[in-house]
Amino acid sequence: MLSLEIQFISLTTEIAEVLILNTTMEKPAADDKKLTPELKEFIRQWKPKPGNLIMVLHRVQEHFGYIPRNVAFEVADLLDVPLARVYGVVTFYHLFKLKKPGRFKIAVCMGTACYLKGGEDIIKELENILGVGLNAVTPDGEFSVEAVRCLGCCGLAPVLSVNGEVHGNVKKDQLAEIVAKYKGT
Amino acid sequence: MAFKNYILVCGGAGCEANRGVDLYKTLQKELQEQGVENEAQVVKTGCFGFCEKGPIVKMLPDETFYVSVKPEDAKEIVAEHVVKGRPVARLLYDKTQSRTNAKLEDIDFYQKQVRIVLRNCGVIDPDSIDEYIARDGYDALAKVLTEMTQDQVIEELKKSGLRGRGGAGFLTWKKWMFTKQVASNEKYVICNADEGDPGAYMDRSTIEGDPHSILEAMTIAGRTVGASQGVIYIRAEYPLAIIRLENAIKQAKDYGLLGENILGTGFNFNIEIRLGAGAFVCGEETALIASTEGRRGMPIPRPPFPAVRGLWQKPTVINNVETYANIPMIVLRGGDWFAKIGTETSKGTKVFALTGKINNSGLIEVPMGTTLREIIYDIGGGIRGGKAFKAVQTGGPSGGVITSEYLDTPIDYEHLQKLGSIMGSGGMIVMDEDDCMVDVARFYQEFCVDESCGKCAPCRIGTRTIYNLLTGICQGRGTMDDLQKINEIGRAMQKAALCGLGQTAPNPVLSTMKYYEKEYLAHIKEKKCPSGKCRDLVTYYILPNKCIGCTVCARRCPVGAITGERQKIHTINQETCIKCGECLKACKFSAVFRR
Ligand SMILES: Cc1cc2nc3c(=O)[nH]c(=O)nc-3n(C[C@H](O)[C@H](O)[C@H](O)COP(=O)(O)O)c2cc1C
Ligand code: FES
Repeated sequence: MLSLEIQFISLTTEIAEVLILNTTMEKPAADDKKLTPELKEFIRQWKPKPGNLIMVLHRVQEHFGYIPRNVAFEVADLLDVPLARVYGVVTFYHLFKLKKPGRFKIAVCMGTACYLKGGEDIIKELENILGVGLNAVTPDGEFSVEAVRCLGCCGLAPVLSVNGEVHGNVKKDQLAEIVAKYKGT
Repeated sequence: MAFKNYILVCGGAGCEANRGVDLYKTLQKELQEQGVENEAQVVKTGCFGFCEKGPIVKMLPDETFYVSVKPEDAKEIVAEHVVKGRPVARLLYDKTQSRTNAKLEDIDFYQKQVRIVLRNCGVIDPDSIDEYIARDGYDALAKVLTEMTQDQVIEELKKSGLRGRGGAGFLTWKKWMFTKQVASNEKYVICNADEGDPGAYMDRSTIEGDPHSILEAMTIAGRTVGASQGVIYIRAEYPLAIIRLENAIKQAKDYGLLGENILGTGFNFNIEIRLGAGAFVCGEETALIASTEGRRGMPIPRPPFPAVRGLWQKPTVINNVETYANIPMIVLRGGDWFAKIGTETSKGTKVFALTGKINNSGLIEVPMGTTLREIIYDIGGGIRGGKAFKAVQTGGPSGGVITSEYLDTPIDYEHLQKLGSIMGSGGMIVMDEDDCMVDVARFYQEFCVDESCGKCAPCRIGTRTIYNLLTGICQGRGTMDDLQKINEIGRAMQKAALCGLGQTAPNPVLSTMKYYEKEYLAHIKEKKCPSGKCRDLVTYYILPNKCIGCTVCARRCPVGAITGERQKIHTINQETCIKCGECLKACKFSAVFRR
C-alpha cells in the first residue's frame, strides 16, 4: 500500500512537472537547444560541490541568455536533482529567465535613486521607441526591456544598461540614439 | 617611487560606466605618444566616492584632484601636468582657486569624512595585492595567526564595540563568540555581499576598491571561530566586483595568505564565491544560507541562529562586507582606538551612499554621530537645483523617512530607530519638494510585493493589500478608512511576519503616514497631489494672461494635446493629456500651471 502511494506521489509530481513545463517553459523551436560540451564539462566540475544548482543555472543562462526548456531537463538529469527543483529555483530568482530575451537586453534601473530621477519615464519612452513594453521582445528579436532594482551606480541616476554596459545620467531624448547605437551591430 | 608621477584613475563601476575605461586607455596612449611613459604611470584604483563628478583622476605626488574627466582631456593632462608640471585648471573641482583647492582634503565633500572602511579605496590598485600589502595589508592576519589567541581577537572586538553594518547592528564580537563556543568539526564564515537595498552601493564599492580587506577579515574570522571554509555571497548584478574578488582570491593563494598552511602556521582557510540571482530576500541571513545551498531563498524562523545552525546545518558566522572591512584596522590599531570614534552606543564610522536630489551624490564615510545636516549640506552640497529639502530616506524598503525638523539628529543606530527609521545598510536617499511621500511609500511597497518570498501570509498578503490601498490613494480612490486599514495591517505584519523583510515592509508607509499625514489627507480628501507626482490627481492648464503663443509647448507635447495658433493663446485638451509635465518644463513664460 505504502509503496503504491509513493509510486502514485512520484507519478503525480512527474505529471505536474511536465504540465508546468509544458505550459510555462518556452516550447521547443526548430533549433532545439542542447547543452554544449563546455557546459557539460562545467556541470561535471560543479557536480560534487553541494549547492551547485544556482551556479550551474548562471552558467547556462550566460550561454543561452535564458534557461531553455530542454536544457532544464538535461541539467536536472546531469545534476541528479528533480526537475521540479530546477523549475522552483528558476522561477524564484528574478535573474533567471524562461523566455529568450532580445539580442540586446536593456535593463532600466527602477531602484529608489533612479525612480526618483525619472526611471519610469525612461521605460515609457523606450516603449514608444521600440513599440513593445516591459518584458517583451521586439518582433525582430533585437531588443527587450526589463526593469531591474539598482545597478549600483546610483550616483549616475537614472541608469540603464544594455547587455551589461552601463549608461548613466540618461535623458529621455538620448534614448533613440542609444538604441540606434546597438541596432544592427 | 619608481615613477615621477602617478595618475590614479577611478575604476569604480560608476566611473567606468562614464567612459572611465576609455579614459584609462587614452591616458596610457598619450603617455606613450608624448614620450613620457617612463615618467608617469596610470593606475586604476577603487571608488573615490565623489561619483557625482566622475570620472575622477588624482595625480600623485602633488595630489591634484581632477573631476569630470573625459577621454578627450587625457592629452592635456599629460601635456600640461606630466610634462610641464602645472595643473589643468579647467578640470579642477574649484576652478577659481586653481592651486589651493586642488587637493582632496580641501574639497568640502571630503572635509568631514573619516575613512576607515574606505581607507584604500581610491588609493591602491584593487587588482594588486602588493599595493594592499604596502598599506599594511595582511599585517592584521599575521598578528592574529602569530601573536593572538582566539579569545584575544574577540576581546579586541568587544573593546571596539563594532556592530554589524548589514542593518540590524548586532554586536560582532558576540556573534563570533557564540559561533566559537559551539563545538563542531565544521564551521563556516560567510560574507553577505548581497546588497539588495535599491539605491545603495557601499558594499559594491568597498569590494571593487579593496577586495583584499574582505578576504583578510574573513580569514581572521575563520581563525577566531574555528572555521576553515568561507563563502562570499555576492549579487550577480555586480560583475566587476566579482572579477576583482576572483582575482584577489587567486593572488592571496599565490602569496600563501589563503589556502593551506597560511603563513606557515598550519592554519587552513579557503574562500569561494557564490552568486545571488536577483532576490532581495536573499540578503536575509537564513534565506542567504538557503540560496547558498542551491535552493529557493526562503527564510526560516530563528532561533536557531546561524551561529548555532547555519550553512549545511553547521555553526556559521555571517557578516556584512562593511563589518569585515573594519576588522583588520581594529586588530592592528586596537579596539580602544576604534571605540574613540563615534557615539556612546555606536562606534566607528558608517559608509553611506548619498543619492537622490542632492548636489554631490556619492559614497561617503563619516563618524557615527555626524548629523544629517552635516551630511546633506556640508558634504552633499545641498539640494539640487535650489529646491527645498523635503526628507531623507534611510534603511531602504525596511526604513523610514526623516524630516527637516530632525536634521540635527546625530546619526547612530538608536537615534534613527527613535525617529521611526533605521540605519539599514547605508542607503541615504534625499528627496525634495517634487517628491510625493505617498508615491514613495507606494514605490517601496511595490518593491516588497515583488520581493516577498511568499512563505508567510502576513508578508505575502499584507504587502499586496497595503500596495493596493496605496495605489488607490495615489489614483484618487482613497478613503479615510484606508489609512486605518494600512495602520492595522502594518502593525500586524510587524509582529507576525516570519523574517525581517515582512516585519519591516510597513515601515516606509507607516513612517510617511506619521510625518506627512497632511499629504495623505490632500490625496484622500481633496484628491490632490501637492507635489504633482501622482498623475491621476493633477491637471495642467495654460494661463491665458501669460501665454504668448510661442508654440514651444505644443511642439514638446508627446501626444499632441496642446493646440493653438502662433501668437494666439494655447489650450490643453484634458482628454488626451497624459500629464507628463513636459509643457510645464518647456514654457519659458510660466504660462503652464499645474493643479
Ligand atoms: C530582508 C532583509 C534583507 C537584508 N539584506 C541584507 C543585505 O543586502 N546585506 C547585508 O549585509 N545584510 C542584509 N540583511 C541583514 C542580514 O540578515 C544579517 O543581519 C547581516 O548580514 C549580518 O551581518 P552584520 O552583523 O555584519 O550586519 C538583510 C536582512 C533582511 C531581513
Ligand atoms: S537606484 Fe539605480 S543604480 Fe541604484
